[in-house]
Amino acid sequence: MSAAGAAAAPSLIELSGIGKTYANGTVALTGVDASVREGGFVSLVGPSGCGKSTLLRIIAGLIAEDRGKLGWPASGARPHDVGFVFQDATLMPWASVADNVYLPLKLKGIAKADAGSRIAAALSRVGLSDFAAAFPRELSGGMKMRVSIARALVTEPPVLLMDEPFAALDEFTREKLDDDLLALWQAQGFTTIFVTHSIYESVFLSERVLVMGARPGRILAEIEIGEPYPRGRDFRESARYVEICARVSAALREGAAI
Amino acid sequence: MKRDDTFSARLMRIAVPIAAGILFLLVWETFVTLREIPRFVLPAPSAIFDSLVQNFGSLMGSLWVTLRVTIAAFLLAVVGGVGLAILFSQSRHVEMALFPYAIVLQVTPVVSIAPLILIWVGYDNVEFALLILAWIVAFFPILSNTTLGLRSADHNLRDLFRLYGASRWQVLTELQLPSALPYILAGLKISGGLALIGAVVAEFVAGSGSGNGLAWRIVEAGNRLDIPRMFAALFLLSALGIAIFFALTLLENRLLRRWHESAVRREG
Repeated sequence: MSAAGAAAAPSLIELSGIGKTYANGTVALTGVDASVREGGFVSLVGPSGCGKSTLLRIIAGLIAEDRGKLGWPASGARPHDVGFVFQDATLMPWASVADNVYLPLKLKGIAKADAGSRIAAALSRVGLSDFAAAFPRELSGGMKMRVSIARALVTEPPVLLMDEPFAALDEFTREKLDDDLLALWQAQGFTTIFVTHSIYESVFLSERVLVMGARPGRILAEIEIGEPYPRGRDFRESARYVEICARVSAALREGAAI
Repeated sequence: MKRDDTFSARLMRIAVPIAAGILFLLVWETFVTLREIPRFVLPAPSAIFDSLVQNFGSLMGSLWVTLRVTIAAFLLAVVGGVGLAILFSQSRHVEMALFPYAIVLQVTPVVSIAPLILIWVGYDNVEFALLILAWIVAFFPILSNTTLGLRSADHNLRDLFRLYGASRWQVLTELQLPSALPYILAGLKISGGLALIGAVVAEFVAGSGSGNGLAWRIVEAGNRLDIPRMFAALFLLSALGIAIFFALTLLENRLLRRWHESAVRREG
């Protein structure tokens, strides 16, 4: 989000020739090249086993790549704060909603008294201000996921990595959360990498979709969506949306046929 | 409506066993009286109650001794079991080196170790020997449950802690110990009962004249064929076991009530 023109600005994340082979010999990823602009929204879509989660974890620094290079041209190094949202809400069942959201700040040694306003702001962003004292088991699946997003955003990270976050939710809740995520992204300007196996979700959300194929995991196609934000029902119901989904789907089929 | 249902259901859960118990005592009393069964074979409940009242002072003194040994052994088992499990969780090598010996200690019958411990500690320190023996019995369930619990923290949460650069200490206190709490509490419930069993068994092995806990009262009463007193001591031992179990169940409910499936009250 720098003042310089988007075309001239260096990308935030630069992947070149990234490869990963697990100890059991499985080639999870091979020759992955991609770049993500600062403040961009990129989706990784593909079948199970195509290495999309592995790629996300490499970007997060949770696992190390064994080939290629992961660079951060805009910031020079991986930012200190990286938000991560898992497929499950991954909340601590023994802690209240507020304490769950407090966790990243607590681990950084910030006292609860000083974190209060940030926790409240994070909860209000996801519409859960009234549930600060509730425990995870008292919440619905969608609400738990909102807590998880609030926790990821409480440190106001420049990057948000999401690993199939809404896959376990019903269609209605998923669309609502997709809408809310886009609104948050537009308001806060964090760079988002979103892993999903839903073509529709990837097209609706992102500026660019990276289509991935399995065995070995690699990028099959890059599809620019080129549709302005904010996006809503109009886009979801447009012919253009259906057409782009068909293109992504075709790219996935081509990959599967090889 | 639902409330009434659950209330009456709860009342029934308490009332039915009590009624059954009273009925059982009445049948027992009647049977013993009608058949004129001698006191040294099977005393009537009323005779046991009389004995309890008459020997109240000495029995309470013995109860206190047994309780003291049990609680001390239990607390030391908690400290030792949880402490060692934490050490295991921090170092795989320590775990590999020590865990097999903890199992050896567990599977060797405590009765067979008792004479050795008594000799080492000396007969003038019987209570300390009892403490060691009760501790050996009570320690293992806490160790194994805590070890398992510390390992069962959600792996995504572990990743999250790593992502935020959590220290080992933070992972232990903020993630592993809370995750292990239900396991630890289940271990405590097993160990509470075992500590009492260990204390009693050890006292039996130590033999008469050396101890003065409830087990010794039972041996002594048996030697004198004072069966009502034997029953009275037995009754107190059961009551003690039940009290320990309920206290630990209460603790478990208190600590897990808000979040753990095992302690959450469901409607309907």
